[in-house]
Amino acid sequence: MPLIQSPLSACLGLIALWGLIGLAGMLRPKSVGFVGRTLFPLGALCGLALAVVAGLSLAAPSEQITLVIGLPDLPMHMRRDALASLFLLLLGAASAGISVFAAGYFRRGQGTAPGLLCLQYHVFLASMGLVLLANDAYAFMVAWETMALSSYFLVTTQHGLAEIRRAGFLYLLIAHVGAIAILLSFGVMQGGSWQFTFDAMRGAHLAPQWAATAFLLALFGFGAKAGLVPLHVWLPEAHPAAPSPVSALMSGVMLKTAVYGMLRVTFDLLGHPQWWWGLVALTFGLFSALYGVVFAAVQTDMKRLLAFSSIDNLGLIFTGLGLAIVFIGVGMPSLGALALIALLYHSLNHAFMKSLLFLGTGAVLHSTGERNLGRLGGLIHRMPWVAWLTLIGALAMAGLPPLNGFVSEWLLLQAFLFSNEVPQPFINMLLPLGAAIIALAAALAAYVMVKFFGVIFLGQPREANLSHAHDAGVLERIGLVWLALGCFALGLLPTYVIGALRSVVEQLSGAELPSAHAPWWLLVPLPQRRASYSPVVFFLAMAAVVMITMFAVRLFYHQRVRRAPPWDCGFGGLTARMQDSAEGFGQPIRHIFSPFFALKRELPSPFDHAPRYAVSVGDRIWLALYLPLGTLVRRVADTVVWLQQGRISTYLLYSFITLVVMLGLVV
Amino acid sequence: MKPIEIITQVLELIAALAAAPLFLGWINQCRAWLQNRRAPSLWLPYRGIRKLFHKDAVIAERASPLFRMAPYIVFSAMVLAAAIIPSMGTELPFTKAADAIALVGLLAMARVFLSLAAMDIGTAFGTLGARREMMVGFLAEPALLMVIFVASLISATTALPAIAENLATQHLGLYPSLAFTAVAFTMVLLAENARIPIDNPATHLELTMIHEAMMLEYSARHLALMEWAAALKLFNYACIGFALFIPWGISTGEGGPGTLLASIPLLAVKLTVAGAGLAFIETVSAKLRVFRAPEFLAAAFLFAVLGMLVHLLLGA
Repeated sequence: MPLIQSPLSACLGLIALWGLIGLAGMLRPKSVGFVGRTLFPLGALCGLALAVVAGLSLAAPSEQITLVIGLPDLPMHMRRDALASLFLLLLGAASAGISVFAAGYFRRGQGTAPGLLCLQYHVFLASMGLVLLANDAYAFMVAWETMALSSYFLVTTQHGLAEIRRAGFLYLLIAHVGAIAILLSFGVMQGGSWQFTFDAMRGAHLAPQWAATAFLLALFGFGAKAGLVPLHVWLPEAHPAAPSPVSALMSGVMLKTAVYGMLRVTFDLLGHPQWWWGLVALTFGLFSALYGVVFAAVQTDMKRLLAFSSIDNLGLIFTGLGLAIVFIGVGMPSLGALALIALLYHSLNHAFMKSLLFLGTGAVLHSTGERNLGRLGGLIHRMPWVAWLTLIGALAMAGLPPLNGFVSEWLLLQAFLFSNEVPQPFINMLLPLGAAIIALAAALAAYVMVKFFGVIFLGQPREANLSHAHDAGVLERIGLVWLALGCFALGLLPTYVIGALRSVVEQLSGAELPSAHAPWWLLVPLPQRRASYSPVVFFLAMAAVVMITMFAVRLFYHQRVRRAPPWDCGFGGLTARMQDSAEGFGQPIRHIFSPFFALKRELPSPFDHAPRYAVSVGDRIWLALYLPLGTLVRRVADTVVWLQQGRISTYLLYSFITLVVMLGLVV
Repeated sequence: MKPIEIITQVLELIAALAAAPLFLGWINQCRAWLQNRRAPSLWLPYRGIRKLFHKDAVIAERASPLFRMAPYIVFSAMVLAAAIIPSMGTELPFTKAADAIALVGLLAMARVFLSLAAMDIGTAFGTLGARREMMVGFLAEPALLMVIFVASLISATTALPAIAENLATQHLGLYPSLAFTAVAFTMVLLAENARIPIDNPATHLELTMIHEAMMLEYSARHLALMEWAAALKLFNYACIGFALFIPWGISTGEGGPGTLLASIPLLAVKLTVAGAGLAFIETVSAKLRVFRAPEFLAAAFLFAVLGMLVHLLLGA
């Protein structure tokens, strides 16, 4: 007998509980203690329960119910299947860590009152849950919009600052442009039946060009949420503006709802993807991966750096999606399953490691009040907990074995190495070259992470006030430890994770996964090729060699250590300003990838009395695409503004004329 | 696990640990001969390491535990890498746990820890070295990965022993793709091991140095481990090259212990020739400005990509 009778009802109950916790925040909106010490930990427990329920129901058969809430004659349909369970697991597990951290984080009442913040935060969580469970376009769009709006309010917590209002506006704008595309995509997918339940869409038979239209609209809409280039501009603005737990939630979890939506539309609602769709997704994915990581390397704001890194990672996920579509489209479902495993695995990994890094920056921000890398440094001495836990996230993000980032990268590269078997001439030669871009992006990610960790936590403090920095509190530490453990578990136990992904992948690709007869510690993706990886053995071997080396050195050689000032070449006076700044560390990337950037440099001449050196890195896409578009919109608005007279009689006249014209058209 | 597998594994590890400084000494000797200098002793690297182990460690006042951990991690990563690369035999039990991509990840881990340790003290040289090392690394790593991918596509596996076995047991066919990747690999080897066109292992306190800049704060046993690790890295790279491009004579486990024994002198011959070749390349080429290093490495990357394209076009 299953442990839980109906996982779907349990999930809905927990989501409703989130809503109630949010509302409870309004009982005592000004009380930091009540909200922080009681409600946020409760929300974390709720997330943990959701993760457990979703995790246990991964292999359970799908179930659906119709809720009575909603408009008359338009009930909300809910459905839970393996795909939804997986993303609910991600949502629950990641949000548990983030909520615990948030409990300690929202200490001071700044900007929005804590109670209101609690409401927005939990509505945000609940709406993400509903997005994953929705089984008709109406419920999906309502949840999707709730998610966008609640996160907008969270982004603009510090609404006193003009730049934060601007960031929030940009986020809201692109979220809505994307939502329109998703709505249109649903409109195409109903296929003339005018039934907007997902069941009807699954049954509809679309002509190939209409299916392609629906796919491309969905790619645009979900791509805007995922931050695919060129729809990425909101991400590096909104993430730094939001409080750190919210950034973690947005980057770690909300971006994954876009991945979920894309998988739902492509493999479930449309059903039979054509292989060339995959090429479109692959191209955008690869370009986003490279673009994101190159920009991340030249950032000076730590949260902007992480935001660009999210663009990179979502690019990798969409690359996996594209590869999966190509494989399944040409009739190689077992390879498609491999690519799907890679992309789902990377989604899980990214949720944990990016949340961990964002929370780490949150702790630093909290303790120093500084987001600029150029004013940090040496924090490993003052904040050892945060530093070492962040190091785990940074190493995972850099894709180093035996942590989790490496596993999904490994799977993705394995999938790429099969792509020369695609029976399409020319394509089978271009696809493996994508592995080159993945390799480049992965190596650059290591560069970015060394910069991120090294400049913040290592070296000398660049400012005097950093000596007062304090380590994170207990609740914050628990949140960080939870996410770091997630990184370790996902990295060391890939066979269990893939076993859990099995039902999802089989649902999406329609292929029975070949059951490799490998022991639990050995990851063998496809048995017909001799390639295997065992992180547990790798980790143990690494630990053993380190131990033996240490022991041998201790045994055979003396342990005398002297502390001395660092070598200053005999000149004396090594100051903190002699270290690389964030700009300095990014200089090679700026130099090598200069065509990517719109660089503005201010170089002093030898005769300047007050020499000043400044460099700013602009986004070419912003300058070439968004600014002209914005100008165009403003110009159009200026030409029609005379319609807006502000007198009610004029508007009534417009209505009258419109009615007359409509009548004329109808009759 | 068969006893022959364990013997091969242990033998390879010992050979790598013992022979890596010797290989370095041999290169230095060849270089001295080519440059009309009196050659240093072949055993000089060993003496250097021994001397360093006996000294008192001097550690900068503001060093964090990361700084003291890094030499052990870097050294262990190189030892582990030696366990993955088939230098004498392909019957290596540990390679099941880590394939060629994991090997590249392992090398990346060593590089990341080396750079982080260099940034830990917060001196100008350390951060400069770390930045340059990461710059070289992010271009060299994908090039190495592409080189490995070409060999993987030919052999339909990413397990290094299987690649070496497949290439060794095939009839002597010429793969044009491997010719391109061999060029790329040589360039990567030079760059990653701080050899001449990119870095000069013989200079100190020069504005162009990379690897030595990161080592400045290390002393005694930590420095000894780092130098040994650097020698191991060079040895490992040479063995990767042998496994991919001249795997002939490697013991595949079918011939029994005899072939394993026969592969030992063969490896010595390969190393001797490769060391002389490296010394020759280093003698005839000039050190590039740091600004030109990305061009050199981008060329390596493009050679490797070209190799892959050639493989996909010609199927060879």
